[in-house]
Order: sequence, then C-alpha cells, then structure tokens
Amino acid sequence: MMLAAVAYPYRVVERNVVSYRRLWLVLVSAMFEPVFFLFGLGVGLGQLVGDLEWYGEPISYAQFVAPGLLASSAMNGAIFDMTFNFYYKLKESRTFDAMLVTPLSISHVMDGEMAWAMIRGGFYSVTFLGVMLAFGLVTSWWAVLMPLAALLVGIAFAAMGSYGTTFARNWQDFDILFLITQPLFLLSTTFFQLEVYPSWARPIVQLTPLYHGVDLMRDLALGSVDGSALGHVAYLVAVTVIARAMVNRRMARLLLT
Amino acid sequence: MIPKPVVASDLTKRFDSFTAVNGIDLELEPGESFAMLGPNGAGKSSTMKMISTVSPVTSGELKVLGGDPQADGPAIRARLGVVPQEDNLDEALTLRENLMVYARYFGLSWSAAGRKADELLGFTRLEDRAKDQVVSLSGGMKRRLTIARALVNEPDLVLLDEPTTGLDPQARHLLWERLYQLKERGVTLLLTTHYMDEAEQLADRLVVMDQGKIVAEGSPANLITQHVTKEVLEVRFASGHEFDVTGLGLRTEPLADRTLIYTDDGEGTLAKLVNDGHTPASSLVRRASLEDVFLALTGRTLVE
Repeated sequence: MMLAAVAYPYRVVERNVVSYRRLWLVLVSAMFEPVFFLFGLGVGLGQLVGDLEWYGEPISYAQFVAPGLLASSAMNGAIFDMTFNFYYKLKESRTFDAMLVTPLSISHVMDGEMAWAMIRGGFYSVTFLGVMLAFGLVTSWWAVLMPLAALLVGIAFAAMGSYGTTFARNWQDFDILFLITQPLFLLSTTFFQLEVYPSWARPIVQLTPLYHGVDLMRDLALGSVDGSALGHVAYLVAVTVIARAMVNRRMARLLLT
Repeated sequence: MIPKPVVASDLTKRFDSFTAVNGIDLELEPGESFAMLGPNGAGKSSTMKMISTVSPVTSGELKVLGGDPQADGPAIRARLGVVPQEDNLDEALTLRENLMVYARYFGLSWSAAGRKADELLGFTRLEDRAKDQVVSLSGGMKRRLTIARALVNEPDLVLLDEPTTGLDPQARHLLWERLYQLKERGVTLLLTTHYMDEAEQLADRLVVMDQGKIVAEGSPANLITQHVTKEVLEVRFASGHEFDVTGLGLRTEPLADRTLIYTDDGEGTLAKLVNDGHTPASSLVRRASLEDVFLALTGRTLVE
C-alpha cells in the first residue's frame, strides 16, 4: 500500500518531466521574474525607502523584500502548473481520464501533480536563494531551511490552486485567478510590513496563505525564528491537508461519474 | 478456471432521474469478441465506463475479470485495455513517449516500456512517426495510437468504445484488420458501435441495445435469420406514382425516402411489382443486415 502511494505519484511526476524536456525554456524563463522584482523594487526603490527595522535590527529594503519574493515565486511556480496546465489536462486533453483507466487512482494522480508543481516552485525558490546569497541578502543559518519552506508554500498553493481550477468552466474564468494571486503577491507583506496596515486590516492579511509563506521566509532569511514561525508552518500544513482532501473529492465527482 | 471477462446481471446506471442502463445481463467468454450495437444514447458508453471501473454501478451485479469494480479497481485496470470514444492522447508527448509513459503507469521499467512501445508502434504501423508529436497525426493514426496505448499492459480484456466512428473507410479497414489480429491472439474484445458492418466484421456475438435495455442477443447471422428475411428489396416510387406495397413479401417498412420490403426472394418480388405495372423509380436488392434487425426490433433506424 505504502509503495503504491509513492510509486504511482512518482510516475505522474515522470510524465511531467518528459513533457517539459522540450519546454525547458518555459521553465527557465519564469526564474528571472523574482530577480527583476528584486532589482527593480528591492534595490531601486530601496534607495528611496532606506533602511527598515526588523526585530530591533536595521536591515536594507532589499533584505526585507527578497524573502517575500522567494515565497511568491514558490507560489507562482506551483499555481501555474495547477491552474492552466491542470485545467488543460482535466477538460481539454482529458489526460486524467486516460490515467484513471490504468492502476492509478485519483489520489495518485493528484499527489503526483502536486509533487511536480511543488518541485517546480521549489526550483525557482532555490535559484532565487542563490541570487540572494550572492548579493548578501541572507544573514542567518536558518536560511538552509528556506528550500523546504518553499516546497511547503508550493504544495499548499498547488492544492488550493487545483481545487479552485476544478470549478473553472472555461479559459475566461482564469481571469478570476489573477484577481486573487495579484493582490496576494502585492499585499501579503511582500513589499511592506504588516504594521503599515490599520489595526483592523491586519487580521485579514494574517488569514491569507501567502502572508504565512512570506513571513516564514523572512524569519528564516533574517534569523528571527520564534513561535510564530511554527504557527506559519502549521497553517500551511493544515491548508495543504484540507485542500488536498477537498480536491480529491471534487475530482472523484468530476471524473468518476 | 479462467474467470469470465465480464458478468453483469440486472446492471443499472442512473444519473439523477435519467436511467442510462436499465437492468442489462451480459456474459462474455474468454477469447471471444463481443459487440454492443445501438444508436447514440442506448447506454453502451455508460456500460463501458462501469466495466472500466471509472463509473460506479447504481444497482445490480458486475464482475470484471473476476473482480468487483468498486473494491478491486486497480487490480482490474491492471489487466484491462481501454480505448475511449474520444481520443485522450497526451498531446505534450511524442507517439513513443505516449506509449512509454503509459506503460510506466502499469509498472513497466523504462527499458521494458521502450521495447513495448517499439513493438506496438510496429503493430499499429506507426513506427515512422515514433518521434512526432501527437497533434500532427490524422484521425485514423490517433485511433491506432490509442489502441496501441491500450495494449501496453498486454491486457486480458480490451474495451473499445466506438473504435472507428469518424474515420474514413480506408482507416476503418486498417483498424479492423489490426483488431482482427488481436482477436486471433486470443484477446477478449468488447466493443460498442453503431455501425452494423463493424459488428458483422468483428463480433462473434453481440447484443442490440436500445434505451438502456438489451433488445436482442446472438451471433450476427443468427440475429438476421431470427428477426429479418434473407433479402431486402428497397424501392422508391416517383412522386405521383406512389404505390402501397403492404402485403408484399413478409413485412414492409416505410421510411422517409424509400420503402423496405422484407422477402426471401428480392428479385422475384421486384419482378412481380414490375409485372403488375408498378415499376419503382429506383430499386435495390440487398442482403439483410443488422441495421434491418435493429429496425425490426425498435421501429427506428440505427444511424439517424
């Protein structure tokens, strides 16, 4: 049983690796997005912003922004696969129907797809972490855990993104996706501290998933790890577990009729 | 003892208030080629989906390769080959990759998957296109690749849901020939079709389905002798010269554009019409087919 639960999702990951062998440029190009943001906003705008204070220590604006960008790129990497590509396989090419008449079951297919999205998000995060290291934006040994945190952010958004996608009726519905991911990217304390918000708005921001990813990354990059970091991990794990169960049920309703 | 590939009794599938399959009984023998013939909406595809374990049974009994589709899904699917009605090939992959990736789902090693892919590309005569993308294939080639994909696990039972719908005659014949080869190798085939010639070509035994029920069962030849005459005379009269042929032959069937007269002697019946001065504008004597069986059983034509 354990073997199948790993071996079958692994074969779904392999399928994605094979299909992306010719599309490596698509994979690599998305790597540069957070780098552009880092230089445009972190370094450029940082000149105007000046230093910030983080747990009583002065830090540069670039130091502040970079971990947030890393969390966002983990989100974006996962979201892309689990929305557009997922919809295509679900409704257009009906790749999942073909998979489900093999020994694979829905949870194998979903776990494989989520693992792949997580790996993709993780890949962007690791390359960006390299950029951060090169520019001295990492100041703590806690940062070795950042790739793991990126995988957690990736799988949480993979689970939520695929669940949302099962409700899409057509390609136009994906406009709604940007209405969700853009504010998340811009408002989840990626570019400014939570304290900037009026006190009534802070709990709302703290409810959103990317906030937890961003704050966790910042704690790891800057070495400000305390109980709240564990809270972020717990939140992201809970979101993943719940969304995974929900998407598996939805998929069974859609495909096993 | 080898279990019967499919045993169904009182098998029913309901979607909300709509009953797609209404209490059918089926029993397939190992190695035989069995067809479900019927018009669109007869319940053929719903039956196929239940057998391929991706559609829960509403009520009744179903055993596939000796197992229960609900409890033993993965084990059943491991020995099943499925050719769905709509091609769902992986468009992001080449032909060879399609087969290899699919073989991996069944647990083959990469090297075994590669050998299997090459063997099946040969069997379906697609070896020249091994490295091409699926999108570049014609409809007939896509079907052949889908059939090749259904064979990667050397299945005991192959389900083919309307395998040749939408194909030109040449592509159909090539496909039939390949399916016939499979049959000769002893693979059990279960196919649905709404083409009587397809059922006549491929099936040892068949059921005729209509509105979720089985309305007749037997070999193609048996069904024809049981339900219709040996020959059919088709006549069309010029407007203004219509003639009521009721009473001629054993039975007549008026259609929108022509009238069918069921008779064991088509030429004789036609000669009688002409002798009586009712020469039709056009006429055709042909052998009776499953199409006529369906018409006799339901009062409707198979392909509308």
